[in-house]
Amino acid sequence: MLLFLEQLLNGVQLSVTLLLMASGLTLIFGIMSLLNLAHGSLFMTGAFVAAWVSGETGSWALGLLAGAGAAFAVGLLIETVVMRRLYDRDHLDQVLATFGLILFFNEMVRLVWGIRPMRLDVPDALSGFVEVVPGAPYPVYRLVVIGAGLAVMLALGWLVRGTRIGMRIRAGSVDREMIGALGVDIGRLYSLVFALGALLAGLAGVLAGPFLAVQSGMGEPILILAFVVVVIGGIGSLKGAVVGSLVVGLTDTLGRVYLPDILAFLFGEGAAEAGAAALSSMLIFLVMAVVLAVFPSGLYGRKG
Amino acid sequence: MHRKPAAIAAAAAFAAATALSSTAALAQEPVKIGMVTTLSTGAGYLGDHVRKGFELALEQSGAADRVELLVEDDGLDPAQASQLTQRMVERDGVKLMTGSIFSNVAMATIPKLVRNNDVVYVSPNAGPAPLAGKGCHPKYFNVAWQNDNLAEVMGQYATDQGYERVYLLAPQYQAGKDSLAGFKRFFKGEVVDEVYTKLGQTDYAPEIAELRDAAPDAVYFFYPGGMGINFMKQFAQAGLADKIPALGPAFSFDDTLLDAVGDAAIGFYNGSQWSPDLDNEPNRKFVAAYIAKYDEYPTLYSSQGYDAGNLIVSALTETGWSTDDTDALAAAIKKAEFDSVRGDFRFGNNNHPIQDLYVREVYKDETGNITNRMVAEVFEDHQDAYAAECEM
Repeated sequence: MLLFLEQLLNGVQLSVTLLLMASGLTLIFGIMSLLNLAHGSLFMTGAFVAAWVSGETGSWALGLLAGAGAAFAVGLLIETVVMRRLYDRDHLDQVLATFGLILFFNEMVRLVWGIRPMRLDVPDALSGFVEVVPGAPYPVYRLVVIGAGLAVMLALGWLVRGTRIGMRIRAGSVDREMIGALGVDIGRLYSLVFALGALLAGLAGVLAGPFLAVQSGMGEPILILAFVVVVIGGIGSLKGAVVGSLVVGLTDTLGRVYLPDILAFLFGEGAAEAGAAALSSMLIFLVMAVVLAVFPSGLYGRKG
Repeated sequence: MHRKPAAIAAAAAFAAATALSSTAALAQEPVKIGMVTTLSTGAGYLGDHVRKGFELALEQSGAADRVELLVEDDGLDPAQASQLTQRMVERDGVKLMTGSIFSNVAMATIPKLVRNNDVVYVSPNAGPAPLAGKGCHPKYFNVAWQNDNLAEVMGQYATDQGYERVYLLAPQYQAGKDSLAGFKRFFKGEVVDEVYTKLGQTDYAPEIAELRDAAPDAVYFFYPGGMGINFMKQFAQAGLADKIPALGPAFSFDDTLLDAVGDAAIGFYNGSQWSPDLDNEPNRKFVAAYIAKYDEYPTLYSSQGYDAGNLIVSALTETGWSTDDTDALAAAIKKAEFDSVRGDFRFGNNNHPIQDLYVREVYKDETGNITNRMVAEVFEDHQDAYAAECEM
């Protein structure tokens, strides 16, 4: 039971990282109708710049600021140079162009930082443990990631629900022609939303950096999960991103842990060993399929 | 009248000079060696280190001018490797090849190559089981190890240490299963659990929580490349590094990966055929020269490239720097008359190494660099488990 609580915590922590990725992805998709495969590259940018700056200066906080800032800046840059030309094209063109960006960024970090993976450690102040569950010391840093992610999401919720910019963003996601006709500068609104999504992705990259190998291509595995979150939650819905992240994070974590036992109980030891690893990596996609069968536009997606 | 002899003499001198210079040119025609290796993708540093070690060996032995090394990147793609290899053999007339890093690439390239062409192949890394067993070939050599060797040594070490309950983890693919099988071949205790994770998995928190709950005497894991970085960081962050001894094959513990993991890697044990502090003259010379030339620590891949280079130089010296007679070349390679950085080295019946295997420990040296040092010699003159299946 205590172990189960700890696994829940692990699941929530994965959910928070996914949420930071998926919220940007869903806003960009919902408002600009832009399918951005290069979102994982912004995750990678955040992690690399943070690893580099904190390695050079010895300060983790500076690394965090630099990593998130760099992702924001790169987001603005690619919005201006590339994305702007894609808003009116169909989704296949967008997929091709942003897939090209993935290749570009993966090669770019290799040219700049070499083929060796970079090092990004847990900051010293946060490297301790707390016994959230008795007898199972849990890393403080993982708790901080959960807390930081939730704080950022609350801030984002306030931005979208409680401010004038947020009102425009919401209006833009419902009817972009109308708010353009009402005199809102759509171009600037789009740049802002895209860069905001980039900032969140960069932040996710910095926060996840200490668990992960900071290397070229590190953004793709998380990107795939983030897309599943967006699809489950419903495109364009922040509330959907929250629920979707929890569904994916918990299903993936708990599935990996408990599926072998469940299968062993149902089908015997041998079948479980062969099937569990394969099935648990498919599990979130099965969940996605079921959700789509019942709610064709996702849990919180708009109908039609 | 008396101009003629002078003219004849001049002509003769000219002819002699041309003839001489052309034989000189013949003698200097360099031997072509083909190296199709993995230089790009996240694992590109493996091939890069093999090449660096190989080139250092050529340079030190004064063979650099007698050899033309053709290098191509296979991009970790079996089809591309096959194509590049075929092109070197057909277009460039190469009869001596090396470079394979990954077993899946090797299996797609080497069996076909040595069966259909008059070519000798020396693998500096990949050692898949079929090529050591039933699929062995007189023209194919592996100068590194058979894949299972570095897992077997950890299995024996776990037995020697008296660990009774060991927890095993590996990614769900062929090499992962082979590695755990190699460990179990020499581990006499109880396997608490055998966990297969998704290939390329990044988050190991749930598996690590299960592992701590099982409280084994030790954990053995096979996570090469980025997966190794992820696993080790998270294992140490979970506070298990000084509680549960962690063992693995050397593939997760080269200096490039250790550099990315940082202090979290200190105290991990790993099985290898080589260590930077291995106490013999060729190794001391190699480590010092490598650091001087490339300004980084050599990895086991560098050492394998270096041994491959010296092995090939020793064979070419015997054949008079010719690869025309591949039977003679293979016979010269089989003798393995070179100074290996591993000390004793010879080929078994299946052209795979018979060598000593060691356990190393990750530590921080006096310069603050995180690297490996020798802990124990576990196997002496160890041969792989497939040699008996090879009819040579």
